[in-house]
Amino acid sequence: MAKYHITTRINGDDVEFLCAPEQTLLDVLRDDLRLTGSKEGCASGDCGACSVTIDGRLVCSCLVLAAEVGGQEIETIEGMADGDRLHPLQQKFLDFAALQCGVCTPGFLIAAKALLDRNSNPSETEVRYWLAGNLCRCTGYDKIVRAVLDTAADMRD
Amino acid sequence: MTDSNKTPSGNGTGNGKDYKWVGTRAVRPDGVDKVTGRAKFGADLHLPNMLVGKVLRSPHAHAHIRSIDTSAAEALSGVKAVITRDDFSDQPKGAVQPAGEMTINYRDMVRNVMAREKALYEGHAIAAVAAVDARIAAKALSLIKVDFEVLPHVIDPVAAMESGAPIIQEDLMTEGMEQSPGAMTNIAKRVEFGHGDVAVGFAEADVVIEREFTTQPVHQAYIEPHACVASMTEDGQGELWLSTQGHYVARGHCATLLGLDVSKLRVQASEIGGGFGGKTVVYLEPLALALSRKACQPVKMAMTREEVFRATGPTSGAHLWVKVGATNDGRITAADAVLKYQAGAFPGSPVAQGAQCAFAPYELNHVRTIGYDILVNRAKVAAYRAPGAPIAEYATESVMDEIAGVIGMDPLEFRLKNAPKQGSQSSYGPKFPVIGCIETLEAARDHDHYQSPLKAGQGRGVATGYWFNIGGQTSATLNLSEDGSVALVLGTVDVGGTRASLSMMAAEELGIDLDKVRPMIGDTSALGYNMLTGGSRVTFAGGIAVVGAAQDLIGTLKDRAAKFWDIPVDDVEWAEGEARATNGYTDNMQPLSLQEIAKDMAKTGGPIVGAHSINAQGAGPSFGTHVVDVDVDRETGRVWVTRYTVVQDAGKAIHPSYVEGQYQGGAVQGIGWALNEEYIYDDKGRLENAGFLDYRVPVCSDVPMIDTVIVEVANPTHPYGVRGVGETPIVPPMAAISNALANALGIRFTDLPMSPPRVLAAIKAANGDATTAS
Ligand code: FES
Ligand code: FES
Repeated sequence: MAKYHITTRINGDDVEFLCAPEQTLLDVLRDDLRLTGSKEGCASGDCGACSVTIDGRLVCSCLVLAAEVGGQEIETIEGMADGDRLHPLQQKFLDFAALQCGVCTPGFLIAAKALLDRNSNPSETEVRYWLAGNLCRCTGYDKIVRAVLDTAADMRD
Repeated sequence: MTDSNKTPSGNGTGNGKDYKWVGTRAVRPDGVDKVTGRAKFGADLHLPNMLVGKVLRSPHAHAHIRSIDTSAAEALSGVKAVITRDDFSDQPKGAVQPAGEMTINYRDMVRNVMAREKALYEGHAIAAVAAVDARIAAKALSLIKVDFEVLPHVIDPVAAMESGAPIIQEDLMTEGMEQSPGAMTNIAKRVEFGHGDVAVGFAEADVVIEREFTTQPVHQAYIEPHACVASMTEDGQGELWLSTQGHYVARGHCATLLGLDVSKLRVQASEIGGGFGGKTVVYLEPLALALSRKACQPVKMAMTREEVFRATGPTSGAHLWVKVGATNDGRITAADAVLKYQAGAFPGSPVAQGAQCAFAPYELNHVRTIGYDILVNRAKVAAYRAPGAPIAEYATESVMDEIAGVIGMDPLEFRLKNAPKQGSQSSYGPKFPVIGCIETLEAARDHDHYQSPLKAGQGRGVATGYWFNIGGQTSATLNLSEDGSVALVLGTVDVGGTRASLSMMAAEELGIDLDKVRPMIGDTSALGYNMLTGGSRVTFAGGIAVVGAAQDLIGTLKDRAAKFWDIPVDDVEWAEGEARATNGYTDNMQPLSLQEIAKDMAKTGGPIVGAHSINAQGAGPSFGTHVVDVDVDRETGRVWVTRYTVVQDAGKAIHPSYVEGQYQGGAVQGIGWALNEEYIYDDKGRLENAGFLDYRVPVCSDVPMIDTVIVEVANPTHPYGVRGVGETPIVPPMAAISNALANALGIRFTDLPMSPPRVLAAIKAANGDATTAS
């Protein structure tokens, strides 16, 4: 079957790949480009473990067809740290023990960054509703919400 | 190397001592990998020449499998292997082994991983294929022809006990019960615990309350679906990478099912994306190995979310009957319960644990719990966090609350009046060792949450929970590197921070910087046997093993220092990371640091290793009390948890953040169990809500912050006083929330989940509106 030839940018790098029409962006990221930091928890848009941004917009990469992302700017968890400097959210998640198993963590970090990029002073309720598309079964969310709020406070200072 | 069942004493002496690392909130050593996407989970491994495996599953809840025709699938280009029941030898009857908190029967296991005579639940594996890509594998599945004869099915445990119910396993014999010859049954087991005479106790009571309850099956709902990569070679050796709570246990199961020598299989645990008991079982792994054995190529298999819901173990749904009697001054005179738990299609529900825990938070003269393990056409249950206890204690703690209310006593004072302490005979037999039941109740009572006034319309509830915790077989090694840093090799899977807590104990013992200890989880060839991560055992048993390994290492370090100084080893002591000469030798001998001894180890006798293997005993039981406030939307029946506090005895919190994390995570899983989560079946026994949209686990906006209080009543059998902490937190929430709802609405709920339609119907019924929904 004919494959699509896609040219796009991922984490600031030009990337080319071939994909079948039914392949999702998550499939291509994980299986073809070996960027396995984005996780598949459901493949139906319900868990947020596959969160990435496309042109700054937060999406579930399991709901995006790979063939649609030509010419766009994709950011995944692999691009979040700046060289050897962790993003403040990444560091805060470590300091606050905001992860247990960690499988939800890439999705939460991407989603939280998308929030802070829009709103540098979110309330607890805003954080909770923004992150409502990301499931965490381990932490009960408490430490995640605190980490996001505290990062926002630090970044405002 | 020491190898004993004795607990090494270590440097820790429980609580009240200042430690350098233990009790701090150090950053976990695996943290950076997890915030950068580097950490490799089950589905993240890619091997050269790797195939994709997929499973064909039964669309029927109960059916004979007359025949399976795989010829068309095998003929499809790109298909490298197809397997069915014919690829697994049957296992002998009675091959039963204890495994953690559950037992393993290999004759059942071989049938659970691949249906033989019958498909016993919707989603039961019928065949599997390995192909060059996922699309071809899916096409191959569609080409497999299965001739089913559909049979009547049963899901409800009470219906399954009735005579004339569809029989799941024709050769099942009931354990612990008389059975008339030739009679067929779905009752796999009857258990009974207790002491005294409940009839005598009820005769002494001023108030007796008797209630029936139901709970529905709920899933562990770990975010990472089951996944593995298997690779078998032409000479019968194998490697397996998988997401599991116990790679040694998985190795044993797979070797047994495939007829391999255990040591021919090298198993590596991936990072695990949640398990909560559900990843103590094998599903895909034997299939992947069998496919790889046929294809002689690596095979990767990963479940979809739908497969996880249909084919892997939720915990039991149950029918529960509870009767409690008390005097007007708040003394419980008798407690009685009958628990009927769904096992799924094979025996093994956690009803015995439920029956043991049901009344454990009380000191009773007359108590009895009876449990039944009942087969139904549903995936076999797997352990779920304190398996069995949340179900039973939901019912018993609801009745305790009600009876306290009837006699007009504060529910925490009522519990305090009847609380067990060291030496009390537990409701299930043994006398309690040092426990912190009273301390947690008092801490809950005195907490600002419990003391603060409620907002209008809200309700407050409390409940206490109990779990045993376990020890078990554990090995650990400390390998000293030439620069004095130390590699800590562990064989227990880290589900939520145990690499951190175990490294902290190693650094504390050795007197070195935490940064100098690098922990890793070895594969099954790296260490002696390790039982799985379950039973809240890793920081307890693993801690004992690590402290033992550190003491072993220190013994060798002292030997080397003694050799270097040419003095008796008895005149060397280890403190603050260095060997010091004592008994008059001190003047002329400078202490030798770990680095200095490491640098010269070749000259003093070669490599320096500390190891310890143990079958840890003396796990410290743990009690927790939860306080919860709820608000109810009277228009929709939606229940909002507005404030939540978990109080639990940890023994000693090695890493308080991860202890709090266990408390918070367990509480929120319990909130889901109480308010939303349930398996819903259609009239054909097919699951109707096999996805996160319809099986609704709590999301971030559903819950408030979860306050925690860590009570520390040291467990004397652990060098630092550790009890397990992971399971108890899921025990109290269902009753606490139900009790809060009763307080808010004056309505006592007896069925889980207390979902909006059910709550709304109850509100309407209480208001005299007969047009209520079901
Ligand atoms: S995998 Fe995309 S939302 Fe779950
Ligand atoms: S840390 Fe395990 S799912 Fe969030």
